[in-house]
Amino acid sequence: MTSAAPSAAVIPADWRDFLALTKPRVMTLVVFTGLCGLLAARGHLHPVLAFTAVLCIALGAGAAGALNQWYEADLDSKMKRTRGRPLPAGRMERQSALHFGVGLACFSVILMGLAVNVLAAAILTASILFYVVIYTVWLKRRTPQNIVIGGAAGAFPPLIGWAAATGHVAALPLLLFLIVFLWTPPHFWALSLFVNSDYAAAGVPMMSVVAGARSTRLQALLYSLPMAAAAIAPWPLGLTGAIYGVSSVLLNVLFLLLAARVGFSRTTEPKLMKAERQLFAYSILYLFALFAALVVDRMVLA
Amino acid sequence: MNDPEPLPTRDELIRRRQRSRSIVTALLLFALVVLFYAISIAKML
Repeated sequence: MTSAAPSAAVIPADWRDFLALTKPRVMTLVVFTGLCGLLAARGHLHPVLAFTAVLCIALGAGAAGALNQWYEADLDSKMKRTRGRPLPAGRMERQSALHFGVGLACFSVILMGLAVNVLAAAILTASILFYVVIYTVWLKRRTPQNIVIGGAAGAFPPLIGWAAATGHVAALPLLLFLIVFLWTPPHFWALSLFVNSDYAAAGVPMMSVVAGARSTRLQALLYSLPMAAAAIAPWPLGLTGAIYGVSSVLLNVLFLLLAARVGFSRTTEPKLMKAERQLFAYSILYLFALFAALVVDRMVLA
Repeated sequence: MNDPEPLPTRDELIRRRQRSRSIVTALLLFALVVLFYAISIAKML
């Protein structure tokens, strides 16, 4: 066996670059909604297994993020927002990202199946495949509906958390899935409005690029309506109590007000798009607060 | 006055990266050993 001298070898990627490949910031929201799904289920899962389930959700999301960056390295290099990522910046070989993503995906699913249950592992597999194959490979470069359908990928974590805790799926986790699914278009379209030139430069057919700002604003507002209905629904359906109900109504009223401001705004200059930035920032806070209220409500009811 | 630290050579950079990746890998493996042990105990209860 021969060993290459260091000077002849390719500089290995830093471990921080592998961490960056997992999109840690996106993972925070995924882990949080997954954890909330698990806690809201009020199952009888051992804390160690509950921790393992959340870890598997995080690793699965990280794997999906890594595979997304592996496939989209060419697009990322064209956008200001993403050109500093490990692959477009040339700090890592593409093959390393592929191996890391596939390895992490397999590990997270196998661990979930062996330590927690098969249903949670199956939904985790579906969520990874949905994000990588349906969203990244199929939809993102082909249709402005990419975010609408692809939003399902980010909606799986509460369902996985619930399935991990109980071994089955019920009406409430399906509603949680629906909330995140309907939340995704206004969240991403608010972002795409003020980074529109970035998406246009990369040739990504985002709604704002294909249909224009006016149509995108209107559609973001229209999607907020069923989202608010889905978010409030658990209360009148008797699946949650007043803590969640009142919090949900307040959070949704504010969401709709901000979405209406975006919907009726006519600003075209990205730097002046204050309402769009506010809606984008608030939408993240909204999801955190809504799921936190759900957990508190379910714990108080218990 | 302090002289600025010289930039690492290519070989030094490779060695540094290899070392940090080895440390992180070792820590992750140790964490997995602890996790698998804890899972085994939890599954027995």
